[in-house]
Formats: sequence, C-alpha cells, structure tokens
Amino acid sequence: MHELGIMTGVLDAVQTSAKQAGADRVLKVSLSVGEMTEAIEDALRFAFEALSEQREFALCAGAELDITMVCPRSRCLECGAEYDHDRFHMLCPECGSFATELIAGRELQIDSIEVDIPDDEEEGAVAAEPGSADA
Amino acid sequence: MQIDMKQPILDKNDQLASELRARFAENKVFVLDLLASPGSGKTSTILATIDALRDEFNIAVIEGDIASNVDAEKIKAQGIPAVQINTGGACHLESAMLKRAVDVLDLARLDLIIVENVGNLVCPTDFDLGENAKVMILSVPEGDDKPLKYPGVFQVAEAVVLNKVDTLPVFNFDREAFESAVRQLNPQAPIFPIAATKGDGVEAWAEWLADRIREIQ
Repeated sequence: MHELGIMTGVLDAVQTSAKQAGADRVLKVSLSVGEMTEAIEDALRFAFEALSEQREFALCAGAELDITMVCPRSRCLECGAEYDHDRFHMLCPECGSFATELIAGRELQIDSIEVDIPDDEEEGAVAAEPGSADA
Repeated sequence: MQIDMKQPILDKNDQLASELRARFAENKVFVLDLLASPGSGKTSTILATIDALRDEFNIAVIEGDIASNVDAEKIKAQGIPAVQINTGGACHLESAMLKRAVDVLDLARLDLIIVENVGNLVCPTDFDLGENAKVMILSVPEGDDKPLKYPGVFQVAEAVVLNKVDTLPVFNFDREAFESAVRQLNPQAPIFPIAATKGDGVEAWAEWLADRIREIQ
C-alpha cells in the first residue's frame, strides 16, 4: 500500500492536535487499521519510526505506536446475520446471499494520542477515554 | 494526558474529494475512476469507450501516470480533451492532484470525465477522488488468480472489465474460477468481457456506463 503516505498524514494530524493542546511531547499514538485496506502493520511501524525522526515531526520523536488491526465484518442484507470474515469471502455464511454490506474492516483512523503537557495543565478541548480502540 | 481524536487518517484527501464531488454534481458531470495494472489496456479501453459514447456525451479524460504524456497524446489525437497528471513517482492519484487537472477543464460543457488512475491494483483503492464510480480492468494475461491476490480493488469496483478476452485461447485463464472469485468479493458488480482493441463486448460495457451517466443528468 502507501504506508509512508498514510503515516505522513497521521503525524501531520497528531502534531497539530498536540500543539493545539499545548503539549511539548507525544508519548503514544493509537490507530485503528482495517485489514481490508491492505495496509501492513510492519510497514506502518517502519514509516512511523522513520518519520518521527524528522524535524518537522519533532514532537513525536520516540513516541510509542499502538495499532489495532480490525477484522472485516459484514451484515447480510437478506437475513440480517452479522459475521466476521477474511479478506476474500464476503458471502453470508448463514443464507449464502450475495447481498452483503461491509460494516468494518476499511478503517484508517487515529483513535487517540497521549501527550505530555508542561506544568500549568489546562483542561481545554480534550476528552480522555482510556483504551478506546473500537472493535 | 490522553487526547481523543477519532480522526480518519485520509481526512484531508476525503474532504477535498467531497468538495470535488459537489462540483461534479452541480455540473452534472459523471466521473469514472479507472483502476488497473500497467499494461492491462486502460488507454485502449478508454479509446473504445470514447468511440461508443462520443455521439451522446461530451467526454474528457484525465491521465494519471508517474511520467510522460504518451497516453494523453493518444486521447487528444481522437479530438477529446485530455489532461495529463504526472505523479512523479507517487503510485496513486489523490484528490489534490485531481483538482488541479479538473480546474483546467470546462465542467459545464462535459457529461463524462474518465480518470485513468496510475497503473496499480493496490494503492488507488483507498483514495476517494470524488468520483461517481470506481471501475477496474483486469486483462486475461494477468491471470485468473488476481482477485485472490488483490481483494481490495475487486471489492471497491462497481464493475469489472475483463479485457483482452481475444487472447483466452493462448493463456491458461480459468474464466469460471475468476468469475467465482470476483463474486465472493463483490457479488453485485457486473463483469464485462471485452477485447478493447477489436471492439468486442464494448457495447455492453458502454451501455452500462451510459445508463449510469443518464441517471445523474
């Protein structure tokens, strides 16, 4: 895929959010990545390491990367069954219908970041919700 | 401290794609994003499609390639406006690149824009360009196992064009296996067998596309 491009987008967004929150360091970045995107976890990690050493992403240097890979899941439009499946078989396992809709597996999302904010901590436009990786 | 972001990674691309989609809708232009491997016959298929539809619709073509303008020149030779985007090494088109090409076209006078994405079965899949439909082309010499190797692109395509069917006798291509693998991934997509350079099968494909264009007019 285009893991480097994806990661550039991630670090851009993370850097902006961290700055807005007044952070001086990003400790952790949590992503959800659907298997259907064919993005490879190893390549994402490699891109993250390479990019976070760049000066423009200085806030992210040394940050931890947490990736939740999301298994594809579909809903049958005929019998209503919901089921997990691999990247190749979308047919409804209950009734064999072709009419199905993918409801998970194409995610490319930044779930949350953890940052260090120096001294005078402001409770600004930030909400905390630990461990919030979606299924 | 934890900051909840819940932000799509391709946010920037998707936002610009939405803007483009609104512009296309306003001008009643149908935009087709064509995905395929290098050498699968994208340009030949586009030329055959132009031939079939040019009497009814005003068409323009946007060519995405890493380098060169050979494809755009072939289209222009047919009297059809063509804009070349050179991605300079990037393996797919993004909406910012498409916007620059769209800006030089007179949308009000067009009914159909065919976008030939960079030859690649992987990367273009996840990038919304504001198009009305993504369609993919697979050619017989590439092999019947491609749906098994590149499931993503077969899943996002609204139709699958199987090109170079005139070469079926010389390649070991199991059409039944191919079609059943496509059905598993994308049950609703029609499959159009064509031989673009000879015109075989182009009519059914062009008619499908024409129906889609008429729907938005």
